Amino acid sequence: MYGFSSNKQRFFQMASTMLSLASTTPSASLSTQEILKGKVRLGSGRVGTLLNKEKGNPFIKAKSFGRISMTAAVNVSRFEGVAMAPPDPILGVSEAFRADTDVKKLNLGVGAYRTEELQPYVLDVVKKAENLMLERGENKEYLAIEGLAAFNKATAELLFGADNPVIKQQRVATVQGLSGTGSLRLAAAFIERYFPGAQVLISSPTWGNHKNIFNDARVPWSEYRYYDPKTVGLDFEGMISDIKAAPEGSFVLLHGCAHNPTGIDPTPEQWEKISDVIQEKNHIPFFDVAYQGFASGSLDADASSVRLFAARGMELFIAQSYSKNLGLYAERIGAINVVCSSADAAARVKSQLKRIARPMYSNPPVHGARIVANVVGDPALFNEWKAEMEMMAGRIKNVRQKLFDSLSAKDKSGKDWSFILKQIGMFSFTGLNKTQSENMTNKWHVYLTKDGRISLAGLSLAKCEYLADAIIDSYHNKFCNNVHWYYIPVSFDWILDPGLHKSK
Amino acid sequence: MWKCFSTRTSRCFSTSASNKALKWWDHVAPAPKDPITSVTEAFLADTSPTKINLGVGAYRDDEGKPVVLQCVKEAEAKIAGCDFLESVSSAVSSKLVEESVKLVYGKNSDIIKEGRFAGVQALSGTGACRLFAEFQRRFYPESQIYMTDPTWSNHHNIWRDALVPERTFHYYHPDSKGLDFSALLDDVKNAPDGSFFLLHPCAHNPTGVDPTEEQWREISYLFKVKNHFPFFDMAYQGFASGDLDRDARSIQIFVEDGNVIGCAQSFAKNMGLYGHRVGCLNVLCNDAKQAVAIKSQLQQIARAMYSSPPIHGILLVSGILSDPNMKALWVKEVKAMANRIQSLRTTLRKSLEQLSSPLNWEHITNQVGMFCFSGLTPEQVDRLLREFHIYMTRDGRMSMAGVTTGNVSYLANAIHEVTKFG
Repeated sequence: MYGFSSNKQRFFQMASTMLSLASTTPSASLSTQEILKGKVRLGSGRVGTLLNKEKGNPFIKAKSFGRISMTAAVNVSRFEGVAMAPPDPILGVSEAFRADTDVKKLNLGVGAYRTEELQPYVLDVVKKAENLMLERGENKEYLAIEGLAAFNKATAELLFGADNPVIKQQRVATVQGLSGTGSLRLAAAFIERYFPGAQVLISSPTWGNHKNIFNDARVPWSEYRYYDPKTVGLDFEGMISDIKAAPEGSFVLLHGCAHNPTGIDPTPEQWEKISDVIQEKNHIPFFDVAYQGFASGSLDADASSVRLFAARGMELFIAQSYSKNLGLYAERIGAINVVCSSADAAARVKSQLKRIARPMYSNPPVHGARIVANVVGDPALFNEWKAEMEMMAGRIKNVRQKLFDSLSAKDKSGKDWSFILKQIGMFSFTGLNKTQSENMTNKWHVYLTKDGRISLAGLSLAKCEYLADAIIDSYHNKFCNNVHWYYIPVSFDWILDPGLHKSK
Repeated sequence: MWKCFSTRTSRCFSTSASNKALKWWDHVAPAPKDPITSVTEAFLADTSPTKINLGVGAYRDDEGKPVVLQCVKEAEAKIAGCDFLESVSSAVSSKLVEESVKLVYGKNSDIIKEGRFAGVQALSGTGACRLFAEFQRRFYPESQIYMTDPTWSNHHNIWRDALVPERTFHYYHPDSKGLDFSALLDDVKNAPDGSFFLLHPCAHNPTGVDPTEEQWREISYLFKVKNHFPFFDMAYQGFASGDLDRDARSIQIFVEDGNVIGCAQSFAKNMGLYGHRVGCLNVLCNDAKQAVAIKSQLQQIARAMYSSPPIHGILLVSGILSDPNMKALWVKEVKAMANRIQSLRTTLRKSLEQLSSPLNWEHITNQVGMFCFSGLTPEQVDRLLREFHIYMTRDGRMSMAGVTTGNVSYLANAIHEVTKFG
């Protein structure tokens, strides 16, 4: 049935299979004529080579199947039309930084903690925990789909406090996830499945990957006002108004502490009001807690917003991450918690979260979970951890203070820089716009994201003065600051050279 | 879908709150238990001293204990307490991919030299399959996936959650307990040109039935003519024959024939790194440039799922594979695991024959890899559980890795008991 009696027949057979391939690729609609003439180079051009009967091509081998003999060229890739994905805006900053050879360069891009010497930091408790684990020689068996039981217990207790009624009443469904991203994704998939059509309200701005997660999970989202560029602070009225305006039963994504990217958190009074309006509208609060303990230095203080909502008897989602507060970035350890109104509901919700996890990765990675469980489970290690967290948060606070002092001393314009002190956590929204941020990089070799976000974790006391100079220059520099300058070049150039306008 | 909620507008505090709280999850039903992991759960809860777990495909030594390979222990000691951080990850991750694809295509393959593949680390085999399924749907939204009948139960979940419809093709012949080869070829032939197929390159799960090399050649040739896309899920490289290269032979046949393929790899079983979730996904491309594009798309899918893979397993695998001594040790240890399973297969079959079982048990030694598709009915499986505390999945799949010299007689007797009357 697959015998080829002549070369011609074989070529047409190949051409027709090539055509059927081509027809599945939207961008390529080819006629047999075009292929046979070798006009169109499909992929690597090996098809053209075949059709031109070129001999000696190492990629073409003759094969025999009994009486049948055919020349086997490599099929053109099925994924010919796949375009390059856009580069990640945050990671791209680090790449550009690495390529910069200037000695004054400063990386305030990605949010990973650095010491005063601007070195990465492995917490002492983590090293101790890993050595303990090595001594014990634990096995590497699969975790259950929901993860390590000791970790799940520890993480929920850290979040709510061990004595919290939600824990005592077993009303929390906790499933270990792959850090914050993985936990958010589990929740997003759950929302898509059980609340089809419901949307998630996310702050404007928010962490860039939030949108990717909800997009890929097919959960619609819309934004609520958050950052006020005029005050470089919270647009509280806008936030409340937008949450109120959303359809009843929406999910409201809140940053538990140390808002990313702005560093601007609501005050306790504002949290109460946010909770009021969420209850009023029957919305579901959805917390992303990526910095518990890292923001203020206190685990309990940083969980107060979550605990406030739980205390009101609300049902809510909380995603947690141990990337920053335990420095376990690369181990991918976190959890999704769903506070339910009953233990029965919690059990059902947990079972469905597992059902989402199983076809994603079957069960979560064991190493990071064991580290957390060991650190939290040992009183000495737990206290050491709290001290290390205070130290990390303390360094960032010191850096904020020094930056503020430098800015205030050097800037003679009378601009109020106190927002640097009011903001909290790893990040600071400087209020610099895109052009000003570009000036920071191009002129001063200071790397930050285009939204003007700097990572204070990447700043040392030693570099604060330099940074202050860079910020002041970028802020007040006429080139950057004058909005009209955006538009004038086009019209001036056109006046000077009419031909130029045509080509635009 | 409906929600029930109270008309409460004022604040509530703790104890009375749960009664009045909005009940969002009333419509969430309890999920059915996973057919494989639930077996382990039930086994763990069983207090019988004679219990045997033949459920999940995780290797056990002859005492029935989980094993951490010696090469892994050595790799572990090297990295413990060291400063491995996020800045190192990308270099280490590339090493993992480089070494992994060598296992698939051979270390001197042109594919590797020319960079004609898009490779990313993945969350073991499941994660690799899921990344591919998502990628398939994104770029071929109308496509389906053809799966063997039967296949690993989670394959159905993976492609379903990725919204790719599935079809099955003939594979296992229940009468011969072997390959239904002619029906397989018919199904491949009758599928529309350019279909996506999910193949097990060695040690088929759950049946343990693999095509012969000649049969693979015929399948590959047919694939080439039909321009199908073969996606290989290689979870047991080394467990089929004991030889890693031999177990990848089927993939290499397809590649030699000019098929453009994709491959998921898992290090869960052959390196015993179950809980670390380390694997690799690679897709063959026309050239290095296209490989960069495809890799970027795969990374983007991963970014919205879990951002980046866990580093610990990656460090272990890349450490072992890039050190010739450790790699040689690993190869030996894989062979030892495969040999132990092979010898217990022989023992189990002999024991059943010695008990004068009326049934034919040749398939126990004909089938390869970790699993034996016993042919036991669900009722017989239930009896084994209730009367003998022997655990396996209800399709009669037994994980031979759970059989030991200590329990093989008990197992043979139990199987004989439930099958002796046919």
